[in-house]
Amino acid sequence: MSTIQDPIPAPAKSMRFGEAGLLVVFAILAFCSIIVAAKAYSASYAFHAYIFAAASIAAVFAIGNRYMDRPAGPVPQEINGKPNYNFDVVKVGTVLAVFWGIAGFAAGVTAALQLAFPMFNFDTSWFSFGRLRPLHTSAVIFAFGGNVLIATSFYVVQRTSRARLAGDLAPWFVVLGYNLFIVIAATGYLLGITQSKEYAEPEWYADLWLTVVWVTYFLVFLGTVLKRKEPHIYVANWFYFAFIITIAMLHIGNNVTIPVSVFSHKSYIYWSGVQDAMFQWWYGHNAVGFFLTAGFLAIMYYYIPKRAERPVYSYRLSIVHFWALIFIYIWAGPHHLHYTALPDWAQTLGMTFSVILWMPSWGGMINGLMTLSGAWDKLRTDPVIRMMVVAVAFYGMSTFEGPMMAVKAVNSLSHYTEWTIGHVHSGALGWVAYISFGAIYCMVPWLWHKKEMYSLRAVSWHFWVSTLGIVLYISSMWVAGILQGLMWRAYTSLGFLEYSFIETVEAVHPLYVIRAVGGILFLIGGLIMAWNVWMTIRTPLTEAERELALAPAE
Amino acid sequence: MASQGTSIWAKHQIFEKHSYWLTLGILLVISIGGLVEIAPLFYLKGTIETVQGMRPYTPLELAGRNIYIREGCYNCHSQMIRPLRDEVERYGHYSLAAESMYDHPFQWGSKRTGPDLARVGGKYSDVWHQEHLFNPRSVVPASIMPSYPWLSKTKLDSKRIDEDMRVLRLEGVPYTDDMIANAKADLDTQATTDADAEAFNKRYPKAQVRDFDGNAAQITEADALIAYLQMLGTLVDFKLYDNKANVR
Repeated sequence: MSTIQDPIPAPAKSMRFGEAGLLVVFAILAFCSIIVAAKAYSASYAFHAYIFAAASIAAVFAIGNRYMDRPAGPVPQEINGKPNYNFDVVKVGTVLAVFWGIAGFAAGVTAALQLAFPMFNFDTSWFSFGRLRPLHTSAVIFAFGGNVLIATSFYVVQRTSRARLAGDLAPWFVVLGYNLFIVIAATGYLLGITQSKEYAEPEWYADLWLTVVWVTYFLVFLGTVLKRKEPHIYVANWFYFAFIITIAMLHIGNNVTIPVSVFSHKSYIYWSGVQDAMFQWWYGHNAVGFFLTAGFLAIMYYYIPKRAERPVYSYRLSIVHFWALIFIYIWAGPHHLHYTALPDWAQTLGMTFSVILWMPSWGGMINGLMTLSGAWDKLRTDPVIRMMVVAVAFYGMSTFEGPMMAVKAVNSLSHYTEWTIGHVHSGALGWVAYISFGAIYCMVPWLWHKKEMYSLRAVSWHFWVSTLGIVLYISSMWVAGILQGLMWRAYTSLGFLEYSFIETVEAVHPLYVIRAVGGILFLIGGLIMAWNVWMTIRTPLTEAERELALAPAE
Repeated sequence: MASQGTSIWAKHQIFEKHSYWLTLGILLVISIGGLVEIAPLFYLKGTIETVQGMRPYTPLELAGRNIYIREGCYNCHSQMIRPLRDEVERYGHYSLAAESMYDHPFQWGSKRTGPDLARVGGKYSDVWHQEHLFNPRSVVPASIMPSYPWLSKTKLDSKRIDEDMRVLRLEGVPYTDDMIANAKADLDTQATTDADAEAFNKRYPKAQVRDFDGNAAQITEADALIAYLQMLGTLVDFKLYDNKANVR
């Protein structure tokens, strides 16, 4: 309404409720952080408090600056009848994803080298394997994967709802707040701040911060869907919903903890022993199921049909496999605890559902692959499609391998070995990273108004170099894992254990070296992508592209 | 859409057209598995066996356990022996749920890049542990474990160990007022060879008392970590443990 009166005179500018509120909140947070820093029990916790203080002060300045510069009226929801999409947050998320991807792959390569050659620990505390391994897993899952998920979900929900992202500062709070969590978590590991719960290592204050960010994320996503111009909520958004809601539940359930003091980074998880183990793997397996699967299936459901210019293969299959997948996944956690002190009934239940899970997983794979019907020739011509299709193929492979390893008899051999590591990486590198790379290669030209990536040849190189890396990685870990499993249980003809533990460590050494080489190749692939993304963004628009850029988005 | 005619596909539209119904549906569907698998663990009696000998960690062991967690030992060492022939022969009696009932959080681990540590207590001498932590390859030439030379050089920060115990008591670990009041004194006592440990041992039966890191001048992080490693898996006496009594 104000747009009509815009020309004369400019309406008086006043602070929005959100701006004023956040200014106050961040000012208070900065003040409290400084007090905590001053009274902190340990230097590392004080360091984190100072990071919070610095981030809060930066936020106060950023909000103030933005207020000074922005026009008085509200941001228009539409321009010339076309949605006025908020793609700035998506751009930031995409670039951060590429950055964290490289960081995470590099941390992984370092950890792999440490296992092959222990001198790479350099005898320093902050660089030793025990601290670097959580850094690697968190960097690739939460920093790389998380930024990909936030960026793509903010892109997809706007496009498929034909509505501008809900909230004014809220989307920025989600992207930047989430990355602050990443910085706190990552520096914490190196300083020795950890809860020791795998994939949930950050301590109580980081967990609290993430909870606030995550609830905001949910509200922004829901708010955008509520504003949609389409009657139907697109299938990709169901998966994003499931991912956001379930991660909130898991995060809270697994992190019920009592801090020693507000001035101490240390806390003690409320759960103990067997119950804590069950909570942990209920969380851990569904971090896989909902963060690394449901979220990335959402990516598959938007970017593959879009890139292939084909409709999703089966609408009904997507309905069936969506509900089946999210119902069954939750039950699968106990397969991480086979033959442990977890009661047998829970183990058997976990195994049963893990095997059943094979079906809805393959439902997703079939739906993704068959979307290519009539466009299979694009596998030859378009390296981006190739990357995403191979991602779905890897998804199918690792969701077959997973149920197999969840069978107790198989698990008795595979558990505690490198086979698990190989399995995880066929899913993480083959599925999660490849579908992410595909989405980034689609989205960067869309966001920066380019016709195509700077170099499709470089995409092709990325594909082949990293595929070779994955093959070396997972095959070496399969061999290493089965070797360990067989050697640990080998008996001599006299009935004695045949191998001491250290002999099994020596036996897998060559395979650790091959794995490190695979990881290096995968990292090189990531660097090729980073260069390509950089060049795509940097290259000036051509005449045709400029015209395209000036036209409002469809 | 093809879904118009048939009933079930048409009914599904309620989730496709109403985000609140979709949210509610998802919440319902994802809650069931966790409820069924986790809630019974808190009330089914068979979940945690009845055993003799379990006690809370001493202040020194607790501090050592926190160092074990800080350095990420769980990334490579499990503390969970499965009831499989080779594991029982290699590591000892399979682990009981009761043995980790005071563990906040649990340390069962998921990977054996190094051997299981559930019953490492008493298997090696203190000197072996000192050397091994300082440089693992000095005692196990093919080891790929990182060296932890800073542990024996860093004074243990134990000023506030009683606060930690207070939190654990809040969570159900049976620390008594006596234990909390004497926490700092007990920590010093346990790390001193020939200390007068009678009252301490009454509070913590079977706790081992000596200078674990071989450096009497100060109590280091190595003292705490070795004290923790040396007690792992030693509390339950399996000569007396009656497995039949716990058959569920």
